[in-house]
Amino acid sequence: MTLQLDRVSKSFGQGRRATLVLDQVSFSLQTGTFVALLGSSGSGKSTLMRLVAGLEHPSSGSLVLDGRPIRGPGSDRGMVFQNYSLYPWLTAAQNVAFGLKLQRLDRAEIRERTGFYLDVVGLADAADRLPRELSGGMQQRVAIARALAAQPRLLLLDEPFGALDLQIRETMQQFLHDLWTRTGLSVLLITHDIDEALLLAQDVHILAPSPGRIVRSLQVDFDRSDLERLRLSSSFLGLRHEVASTLRSLSREPC
Amino acid sequence: MRPSEVQRFLRDLWRHPWVLGLSGILALLLLWTLVAATGMVDKLFLPTPAAVIQAAREQASQGVLLADAGSSVMRVLAGFGLSALVALPLGIAMGSNAVLCRLLEPLMALLRYMPAPAFIPLLIIYFGLGELPKVLLIFIGTVFFNTLMIMDAVKFVPSQLLETTLTLGGRRRDLLRRVILPYITPQVLDAYRINMAAAWNLVIVAELVAAESGLGKRITLAQRFLRTDQIFMELIVIGLIGLLIDLSFRLLMRRCCRWAN
Repeated sequence: MTLQLDRVSKSFGQGRRATLVLDQVSFSLQTGTFVALLGSSGSGKSTLMRLVAGLEHPSSGSLVLDGRPIRGPGSDRGMVFQNYSLYPWLTAAQNVAFGLKLQRLDRAEIRERTGFYLDVVGLADAADRLPRELSGGMQQRVAIARALAAQPRLLLLDEPFGALDLQIRETMQQFLHDLWTRTGLSVLLITHDIDEALLLAQDVHILAPSPGRIVRSLQVDFDRSDLERLRLSSSFLGLRHEVASTLRSLSREPC
Repeated sequence: MRPSEVQRFLRDLWRHPWVLGLSGILALLLLWTLVAATGMVDKLFLPTPAAVIQAAREQASQGVLLADAGSSVMRVLAGFGLSALVALPLGIAMGSNAVLCRLLEPLMALLRYMPAPAFIPLLIIYFGLGELPKVLLIFIGTVFFNTLMIMDAVKFVPSQLLETTLTLGGRRRDLLRRVILPYITPQVLDAYRINMAAAWNLVIVAELVAAESGLGKRITLAQRFLRTDQIFMELIVIGLIGLLIDLSFRLLMRRCCRWAN
């Protein structure tokens, strides 16, 4: 699996009113890698994600997945939104099964995969509960299970833990890291949380706002066997400080 | 029971959601009984509860009450059923298609402000005094409200639910059946429940103007003979049937949309 973005630009509106949201963004993502796009609000990172998901079309440039240009949404790219996008009338299990029903798999297979992915996210016990009966973190795990159950080639996470409390967010980061190491997923994560990007991703692209563009790309190869220890290590804190000052300098820029 | 148990019983009773509502109704009944008993008000204007119950017995024993209620309810069912049937696809179409919405919304807003009872003379001229004009009156009086409320419900389906469906491999046509319809079901039922009250009002108005049967018709007859006891009785029956319809919608909603409560 290879995702290739080549000089992707996006503007909204037309003529004089048009605003450039993304300016010539290029990067690529290979099978099994975890890439993060880090930026403040207004850096167009959500728009970038929507372009990859096929929910928007670029004004110029190209997005190519495995040699084929992305023309629209599809089940090869599973997406998890920041706000809980579970179907409120369906139980956790029915939510996970939803995409499988759309793909018209047979019942036995749907049941098996649903059970498997609920188990992967540790929610086998909550299978019959409605979304409103689940905590925010649990809801996001169901959303991840639902995306995974469709067996996408690429998992797109749009600030998936942004609405969660700090404590739960750290637990969820650990969960996502374990999931990634266990399954060898390809992940594209969008976040404004420096810790989250540096802890989880191998490639981090820093986006500047107005218009959104990549100003710096770093390869982060920490030893991730113990995230708790990594959070407190001097190498992590050093890099974090450096990235933070990069982001600060960007936000001071006149726009 | 020990005093503390009595207190707890009373406290629990007080907290039951129906108790306050029922006591409001009982208070009004009590007030009516008292005022009627003192004879302060002429019996012609304020019949006693006993007289009203007697009137109900009279009408019920002759089978008139059931027949009247039956014909009123049938008119409401026909008119409102038609309105609900038309409003659902129209509201969904307007809610999901911007062009259609821009085309029809001003028209509907205009029609909605024309009081439905004002159409009665036209309807009588067009269709005479039979069932059709009454059914159409209820249709006209509720279809625009139903449509606009359903349109709004569709507009507020979270875009993330629709987009998630697309990223899970759903096609455009899956959106309507698998996302929009289940999502708006509780709001549609609620719109129907609210607008049903209007339908129930309109059928009585239509029957007051011209009808062979129905609860409204019976009221005009009672007026002719100064039978205020009968008028009171009919009014109470109308209210009770309305309440019953409201409750059955609430029950239906609780049954089919557990997630939305």
